[in-house]
Amino acid sequence: METLEQLRDRLIAAFPAPDAVTLVTNPGPAAQHSLLLAHAHAREIARFLRDDPALRLDFCSNVSGVDWPDKEITETVKITTPDPAGGPDKVTEQKTKRLQPGYLEVVYHLYSMALKTTAPVVLRLRTANRADDVTVPSLTPVWRSCEFQEREVFDLFGVRFEGHPDLRRILMWDEFKDHPMRKDYVSPDDYEWEPTPHDEVLARAKTHYPAPPALTPSPAVTTKQEAAK
Amino acid sequence: MGPHHPSTHGVFRMNVVLDGEIIVKLQPVFGYLHRNHEKLAEAISYLASIPYTDRLDYLASLTNNWAYVIAVEKLAGFTVPERGEYIRVIVGELARLINHCCLVGFLLNDLGTSFTPLLYSLRERERMLDLVEELTGSRMMCNYMRFGGVRVDPSPDWLARLKDYLEGDFPKFLDEQDALLTGNEILLARTQGTGILKPDLAINAGITGPMLRASGVDYDIRKVERYSIYDRFDFRVPLGDHGDTYDRYMMRMLEMHESLKILRQALRDIPGGPATDPKAKSRGLRPKPGEAYGRIEAPKGELGFYLISDGGPQPYRYRIRPPSFINLTILEDMCVGQTVADAVITLGSVDIVLGEVDR
Repeated sequence: METLEQLRDRLIAAFPAPDAVTLVTNPGPAAQHSLLLAHAHAREIARFLRDDPALRLDFCSNVSGVDWPDKEITETVKITTPDPAGGPDKVTEQKTKRLQPGYLEVVYHLYSMALKTTAPVVLRLRTANRADDVTVPSLTPVWRSCEFQEREVFDLFGVRFEGHPDLRRILMWDEFKDHPMRKDYVSPDDYEWEPTPHDEVLARAKTHYPAPPALTPSPAVTTKQEAAK
Repeated sequence: MGPHHPSTHGVFRMNVVLDGEIIVKLQPVFGYLHRNHEKLAEAISYLASIPYTDRLDYLASLTNNWAYVIAVEKLAGFTVPERGEYIRVIVGELARLINHCCLVGFLLNDLGTSFTPLLYSLRERERMLDLVEELTGSRMMCNYMRFGGVRVDPSPDWLARLKDYLEGDFPKFLDEQDALLTGNEILLARTQGTGILKPDLAINAGITGPMLRASGVDYDIRKVERYSIYDRFDFRVPLGDHGDTYDRYMMRMLEMHESLKILRQALRDIPGGPATDPKAKSRGLRPKPGEAYGRIEAPKGELGFYLISDGGPQPYRYRIRPPSFINLTILEDMCVGQTVADAVITLGSVDIVLGEVDR
């Protein structure tokens, strides 16, 4: 089994595009490093990994979404200015704040059933941001096992999979609006509340039935006492 | 079909399009039990998640614990002492026996043939649960594994009684169940040739566990990855030929015999010494930033946990790879062209637990 660096080099040779494949290292003791794929070639690379005789990654075990929100990074820069009077240099610290834009990530863990590999090959796909450009290519056409799991990532994280055959919510109900696994999701005050169609039905009923005619005062009736006067 | 019917295994629904009695289209619908376990686990410490993993697959909670602690041990770089590994194998295989016992009984109940096999299965399960209760303090939600070992060391008396049971009553039950069911005419007529799953489709759809091996694919994580100490035991991986419901039933029967073999060897060889590594920290665990994916061969298939740590006391991302959920992916392919009654038994042979599907 080749190392992930060799695999990356081979993929770059097969798909000559700038940053088609990037190696993302994992600093933890598990040392399961991963390959970050560019959207344009992701599905072809996945097919290549599945069909390559040396790899035969025919088993996509796990598909997981990860949310990385916007992060504010404070950088400290030391600025040295020479003293015009000839004394020691003056050192001032300048703090700059930088906003690192967040993104959503989809992580695929692949194994080979044919070659019985023990370590997973990890693929990553990233969305452009967390708000309006959350589309990544679906790998369901390559591995059928992604079908329900990608639906789950769509449901809980809001990542849209381009080319997925049946992208619907799977665990939450269809009328649900938010994506609960995002880090900035605010849970409702009342968990028992459910959307009901009652208000809509009422509004429709109002337009359907014409308003009843306004009550007009009945013609004047003279009472007996008035007549007696 | 469903939910809330015994044959739909709790809160599970199938949207079916029928042509007479033949299924044309089928869509599984679930999510009725969804409680967002993953979100919950990201708000509590690593240790506090262990009891919640019990609730995933409540028929085999010991193996759920095991998958989770293996992932955390990979994330934090812990090791387990020899005796701890043996105890884990013993309780893990016991969980497999309990699960397969249940499945064989419930499968026959789904067939609508009779209640007797289920009753016999549940009787044996009760006996095993008595032992589990004595060891862990709970019959179903065991909360037994810890990072770097197990919570309590079983007493020699407990091990002796388990050995006694596995040499006396349990093989007798297996033979009895075998004689009652394996050649049974109704079982053969109803299960052979129904719900066929082809091996290449099974691999592509990520099917694991006895369901994959019934299709003839030789893939058992105990043999492939040899996690824990599975390289020391002599056991065989049974394989099916046709991938039909009968093969899936037979896989469970044969796997129980293999588990029995492993248990006997483990009980014979179990060494002394500490069961838990004192250096492995459980309380207040803060793994270094990084990520890990750990998996085991649970009774239903590959159960994996994907954890990301940002250096804090809670996991940044906690993801479960549930076998029941992914094994449902190709339920439609297995049921289309069959009758409604066959779909029920096909679903039964997939062996799902809705606590795991919905999480």
